Amino acid sequence: MKLTLLVWRQAGPGAPGKMVPYAVDDVSPDMSFLEVLDVINERLIARGEEPIVFDSDCREGICGMCGLVVNGVAHGPEHATTVCQLHMRHFRDGETITVEPWRARAFPPHKDLMVDRSALDRIIAAGGYVSVNVGGAPEANSLPVAREVAEAAMDSAACIGCGACVAACKNASAVLFVGAKIRHLALLPQGEPERARRAAAMVAQMDAEGFGNCSNEGECEAVCPKEIRMLNIAKLRSEYARALWRGGK
Amino acid sequence: MYERITGEDPYRVPMRIYPAIHYTMGGLWVDYDLMSTIPGLFVLGEANFSDHGANRLGASALMQGLADGYFIAPTTLAGYLAGTPLPKVDVEAGEFNEAEQAVTARIERLLAVNGRRTARSFHRELGRLLWDKVGMARNEAGLREALGRVPALREEFWQNVSVPGRATDINQALEYAGRVADYLEFAELLARDALERRESCGGHFREEYQTPENEARRDDERFAHVAAWEYTGDGREPIRHVEPLTFEYVQPSQRSYK
Repeated sequence: MKLTLLVWRQAGPGAPGKMVPYAVDDVSPDMSFLEVLDVINERLIARGEEPIVFDSDCREGICGMCGLVVNGVAHGPEHATTVCQLHMRHFRDGETITVEPWRARAFPPHKDLMVDRSALDRIIAAGGYVSVNVGGAPEANSLPVAREVAEAAMDSAACIGCGACVAACKNASAVLFVGAKIRHLALLPQGEPERARRAAAMVAQMDAEGFGNCSNEGECEAVCPKEIRMLNIAKLRSEYARALWRGGK
Repeated sequence: MYERITGEDPYRVPMRIYPAIHYTMGGLWVDYDLMSTIPGLFVLGEANFSDHGANRLGASALMQGLADGYFIAPTTLAGYLAGTPLPKVDVEAGEFNEAEQAVTARIERLLAVNGRRTARSFHRELGRLLWDKVGMARNEAGLREALGRVPALREEFWQNVSVPGRATDINQALEYAGRVADYLEFAELLARDALERRESCGGHFREEYQTPENEARRDDERFAHVAAWEYTGDGREPIRHVEPLTFEYVQPSQRSYK
């Protein structure tokens, strides 16, 4: 396949950026999108030029490190697919593809396609964990968790924290991410003791990081590679209201 | 996931599967408290050598991470911290300066080579060599060949690698080149260890040591031990230490799939 990639290049946080075209004429349809960037980078290095900086790690769609806006869509055109699992067979020969970083006030740029997503880590650090030492595993039948509840918690826990929801949102809101974390723990007995405090603290941190608010567009659900649903946002709302009612700090 | 990668529906088209080597199946030597030979440096999870020996599969890493983190480290680490005087250290300490200078010198050296080959092309050549000669089935001739070729490749790397950019901002090419430099050292140790182990054990199949039915043949008389290699400095031969494995209740046997 012959492709042209229009890639956002930016030398550093303060530097101006621009779209730079890169033509590749030997792309295999079986390559992943990141492998095409690898090929371009190999050629740039061979010419003594700086390669395109982008984040990636497992390349199996499970770690949440990669994230690019491809043709205007976070993680590209394939439904429920991270950009590392996006293969070139889904593009047309001769196509020009735009590649941009996540853009959000709370994700300041590092370089080229890499942005700083540590705001999400700080939201987790504000309360997205269980700090109660519950000791060894209890006898399973003494604390039954209904199968539907376990499944629902697992659906929320599937969030890999990539930030695509923020990138897709016109308000750069992180409520889908935060909602998934809150719902995951709010449904399970381990999360119960800190339930109110967690919701209040995580929402407060989310606001402090400069993420926007939600106006129910649903763009986040549409691009989420793990199909986290908007009902997590509703759960965030109800958990936050419950926390305020109980004076959770 | 399979369909996503291959574009083929495994319900309709037979899956294409082949065996592959899985990690290096080893790690840093640690004592029973999970502390390495460097006092105060604890090594947890699959970075240490301790639990899985020559059989290490996907979920083994998870199990060892959980076991070390849940059951061992909370006790041994706390014990070490409680029982060790920890005087305040700062970045003016001689050891810190020494380490910083060594790291800076290595980075500068990588950037200064200014050669004609990318780090990835060295990585690929090294990977191909290990796959062919130090793979799941290996033999003495192949291992000796690898041991001859890795140092030559390493030599070429330090003469001819091309690392663009600077050390003062984000430079993924530099980071990658540093990793490949490490792989080039580790690959030699891997081949050396494989050569010394004259038996077929766990995931390591030495072609010379197999039963008449082509199953792996262990040699517990001579190799029921862990081999730990001691680093003796750049360019010097490492020393092989042996830690015997003694089995009191469950005796090792040969697995049969029949």
